[in-house]
Amino acid sequence: MNAHHTASPPAKVSGMQTMRDKWNSLSRVQQWAVLIPLVVLIYLLPVLNPPLLTTEPNYNFPIAMFDVARYALIAIGLNVVVGQAGLLDLGYVGFFAVGAYVAALFTSPDSMLHKLPYLAVLPLAVVVTMFFGVILGAPTLRLRGDYLAIVTLGFGEMVRLLADQVPALRGNSGFQTVGHPPGTRADGTALFNQTDGKPWYWLAVTLVIGVLLLVGNLERSRVGRAWVAIREDEAVAEIMGVPTFKYKIWAFVIGAAIGGLSGALYAGQIGFVNNQKFDVTTSVLFLAAVVLGGSGNKVGVMLGAFVIAYLPLRFSGIAEYKYLIFGLALIVLMLFRPQGLLGARQRLLAKGREAYQRLLGRPEQISSDSSLVAEPGKEAGA
Amino acid sequence: MNHVVTFLADGSDWINFDVGALRDQFWNDTIEGLSQGSIYALVALGYTLVYGVLRLINFAHSEVFIFGVFGAYFTFFGLGFRPGPTPELGAGELILYLALALIVAMLVSGATAVVVERVAYRPLRRRGAPPLVFLITAIGASFVLQQILFIWRGGNQERAIRLMRPQEVFTIFGASVTNLQIIIVLASIVLMLIANTFINRTRLGRGVRAVAQDPDTATLMGVNKERVIMLTFLIGGLLAGAAALFYLMKAPTGASYQGGFLLGIKAFTAAVLGGIGNLRGALLGGLILGIVENYGQSVFGGGWRDIVAFVLLVVVLMFRPTGILGESLGKARV
Repeated sequence: MNAHHTASPPAKVSGMQTMRDKWNSLSRVQQWAVLIPLVVLIYLLPVLNPPLLTTEPNYNFPIAMFDVARYALIAIGLNVVVGQAGLLDLGYVGFFAVGAYVAALFTSPDSMLHKLPYLAVLPLAVVVTMFFGVILGAPTLRLRGDYLAIVTLGFGEMVRLLADQVPALRGNSGFQTVGHPPGTRADGTALFNQTDGKPWYWLAVTLVIGVLLLVGNLERSRVGRAWVAIREDEAVAEIMGVPTFKYKIWAFVIGAAIGGLSGALYAGQIGFVNNQKFDVTTSVLFLAAVVLGGSGNKVGVMLGAFVIAYLPLRFSGIAEYKYLIFGLALIVLMLFRPQGLLGARQRLLAKGREAYQRLLGRPEQISSDSSLVAEPGKEAGA
Repeated sequence: MNHVVTFLADGSDWINFDVGALRDQFWNDTIEGLSQGSIYALVALGYTLVYGVLRLINFAHSEVFIFGVFGAYFTFFGLGFRPGPTPELGAGELILYLALALIVAMLVSGATAVVVERVAYRPLRRRGAPPLVFLITAIGASFVLQQILFIWRGGNQERAIRLMRPQEVFTIFGASVTNLQIIIVLASIVLMLIANTFINRTRLGRGVRAVAQDPDTATLMGVNKERVIMLTFLIGGLLAGAAALFYLMKAPTGASYQGGFLLGIKAFTAAVLGGIGNLRGALLGGLILGIVENYGQSVFGGGWRDIVAFVLLVVVLMFRPTGILGESLGKARV
C-alpha cells in the first residue's frame, strides 16, 4: 500500500466507499433532490402495491410494510447501542416489551390504571423505557463486553418472567383493545384499525424519519464521537478524557427509548399485548437485523430490518425456516463479511487517517474499520 | 402514587416473603438444590473450559446440552420405552439402560460441541476475528442448532419417559433423600473428579492448561493448539451430555427444543459465580446456585425461581465479577 495515499483502506470497502464519497460530494440541494422523491415513494408504497414487491395474497401488503417499518425503527434504536457504542445488547426485546406494556396499561380497558389518549402514551412509553435503560445500564455497563451480553439476555428474560408473575400485567391473557390514534373514516369507523395497515405504516415511517434525524444529529455531535471512541477502544477513550460510563449509559438510554417507542407502536397496531411476543428469539432476531445490515450504518441496519421482516412474509415458503436461515446467515456473514451488507460509516476514522497522513506523509497505521473487522495478526483467542 | 400501590397490590399474593417456609423446607431445599446444582455444575464446566482456553463464551453450549437430552430421550425410545407409566425394572437392567443412555448422550453432545467448534469457530480463528464476531457467530450457531431440533421434532414438548421413580432411601433432619438424587449427585461428582484429574494430571491436560495460560508460548513449546481447543470442546460436550441424561431423569417434563436456553444461562451463572475459567469454581458455583434458587423459591413463591437466578447473576457480576474462587484456568495450580 506504499504508493497509494488514499484516505480509505485498500480493497474490500472501496465499492461502498466510492458510492458514499459520491453521495457526500453532492450539494445539499442535490441530496434533497434525490431524497424527497425517494421519501414520497416510500410513503406511497402500500398504495402502489407494486406487483413484484407485494406480499399478497399470502399477507396483507400494508401490514407487511408496517412490520418492516417497525423493524427498521427497532434496528435504528439497537444500532445506537450495538453499532455506535459497540455494546452487545441481547435483551433489547425487554425495552420493546416495556414500551408495549406501557401502551397497554394506559389505554386498554383491561387495565385498572387511569386511561390516557394513545398519542400521549407514546412519549410516556419513551420516558418509562428510558428509566428502565438507566436501571439496567447503571449496574451492568461497567462489565466487559461478553458479560454484558449475558446480563442483558437475563434482563430481557426477566421482563418476560415478571409479566408472567405480576398479576397486574395479566400474563398470558394479556390486554385487549389497546388504544390507537384518534381520527375516523367517512363511514364512522376508526382511522387506525387492525385491518388497514396504511395509516399505521405512515405513522411508523414518520417516526422512523424523525428518529433518523435525531439519531443522525446525535452521531455527528460530541456524543456520537464519544460512542465511536468507546467502540474502538474503551481504555484509550477513557484516557483521552471521554467519560465512558456516562456515554455508555446515554447510548443505552437512547436505544431503550427507541425500543420503547416501537413497542408502543406495535401494541397499538396489534391491539393486544400479552407475554408471548417478547422471548429471547425475538431479541436475537432484532440483533440479526442490525448485524446483517451492517452495524454502525443507519442505511445498513434498515436494509437488515427489511431483510429480516420482509423476506419471510414475501416468500412464505421460507417462513417456517426463517430462524434457521437467519442463524446460518449470521454465521456465514461473520466469516466472509463481518461488517455486514453495508459497512459502518467511518468519517471519524477517515478524518483521523487524513490527519495522520498530513502529519507523517505516509498512509494510515490506524487499524480496524469497526469492532467487527479483523485486525491482522491479532487473534481473539489469544 | 396511591394508584401505583393499589395497581401493584392487585391480585395480592403474587410475591411472598415467607421466611417460615424456608425454615420448614430448609433441608429439603438444600438436598434438592444439590442435585439440581450438580447438573448446573456439569454444564458450567463446559463454559468454563472453553472460556479458559479461548476467552469465549460459547453461547451454543446450551444447545450442545439439549442435543444430549434428545440423544438420551431417543435412546430410551430405541430401547422400547414409551411415555406413560414407569416400568418395573431390576437393578441390573436399570443400570445397563441408564449407562447406555449416558454413553449416547455424552457422545451426541461431545460430537455436537466438536462440530460447532470445527464449523463455526475455527474458520474465525484462522482469520483472527475480534471477540464480538465470535460472540455473534456463537449466537448464530445456537440459533441454528435449536432450529434443527425444531424442524425435526416440532414445537411441542416430548412427553417424558421414566425408567425409575424416585424412592426415599434415608432422611436427613426430616428431609427425604431419594435414590435419584443420590445417583445424580454421586455420578456428577465422579465425572467432575475425572475431568479435574484429566486436566491437572495428564499430559493432554497439561497442554490445555498451557494454552489457557499463554497460547503463543504453548505453541512454541510444541503444544498442538488446535488439538487442545478441540479437546476442550469435546470434554465440555461430554460433561454436558452427562448432565443431559440427569436432567431428563429429573425434569418433570420431557425434552423440548427450547429447553437448553434456561439451563444454559443458569449454568453460565454458575460458572461466573464460582469464577469463570476455574474448574472447582464451576462445581461450587453450580451447587450454590442450585441451593439458592430453591431457597428463593421457598421464600418468594413458585414462579420466582428463575428470577432469583438472574438477580444472583447480576449481583455477582456487580460486586465480584471474578467469582468466588477467582477467574482463569491458566492460573490454576500446576
